[in-house]
Amino acid sequence: MSFATEQPSLSRRRLLAVAAGLAGGLIAVRDASAQAVQPGAHQQVLDKAVGGKKAQPGKVRVRMPEIAENGNTVPMTVMAESPMTAADHVKAIHVVTDNNPRPEVASFYFTPANGKAEVSTRIRLSQTMNVLAYAEMSDGSVWSARAEAKVTIGGCGG
Amino acid sequence: MSTARIRLPASVKKGEVIEVKTLVTHTMESGQRRDAQNNVIPRKILNKFVCNYNGKEVFKADLAPAISANPYLAFFVAATESGTLEFVWTDDDGSTIKETAKLTVT
Repeated sequence: MSFATEQPSLSRRRLLAVAAGLAGGLIAVRDASAQAVQPGAHQQVLDKAVGGKKAQPGKVRVRMPEIAENGNTVPMTVMAESPMTAADHVKAIHVVTDNNPRPEVASFYFTPANGKAEVSTRIRLSQTMNVLAYAEMSDGSVWSARAEAKVTIGGCGG
Repeated sequence: MSTARIRLPASVKKGEVIEVKTLVTHTMESGQRRDAQNNVIPRKILNKFVCNYNGKEVFKADLAPAISANPYLAFFVAATESGTLEFVWTDDDGSTIKETAKLTVT
């Protein structure tokens, strides 16, 4: 009889051990991916792009789907309000993400000949994260915006 | 090899702000992926895009590996005169992909 009771308890212990090992493994993987993303790296990239100028919220917008099914190709549109004249135009819009392996996405440089400061493209997102944009105006002011995209399939081709 | 496609509106009035849509075939290898032997596949992307309108640079972009494969870029140009739009993408290896489109302004 004792054998009969011993058996399930042994397998339960085994199960627990396996489960603990699995959980440990998962945590380790999580840690590794967390280390790959340097916190604040996206902010450094933005600061460098605009020469350390302070950004204030407004004027620029990031438009993305709220839920992006496929992180390999997420439609994104950035735009900034501006008359786009020689005296008053958007010089550049810099785009970064806060949780991709590398924060840079793109920098777009405009001229008054664009008539409108708006660009659409498709980007990769490895997981759910924020996309941030800084717009640099011809008068030297810097404006910021962010959008969050929820990603169900990551786009790092791993 | 890479092929580029450009789409412009069929008819353009003088002074109109038109959307220029560009699409180019390229793997945009991010440098983050690994092959079956667990070796990192080296990065190879188009890192720069320039649009010239009658020889004058009007739009430029620096691209990172976070841009999807077969990069799509759509932007705007104020159509002031008929002429040629030239598009140049620059690869990490220094090679370029060039495409032109005729713009007729009425």
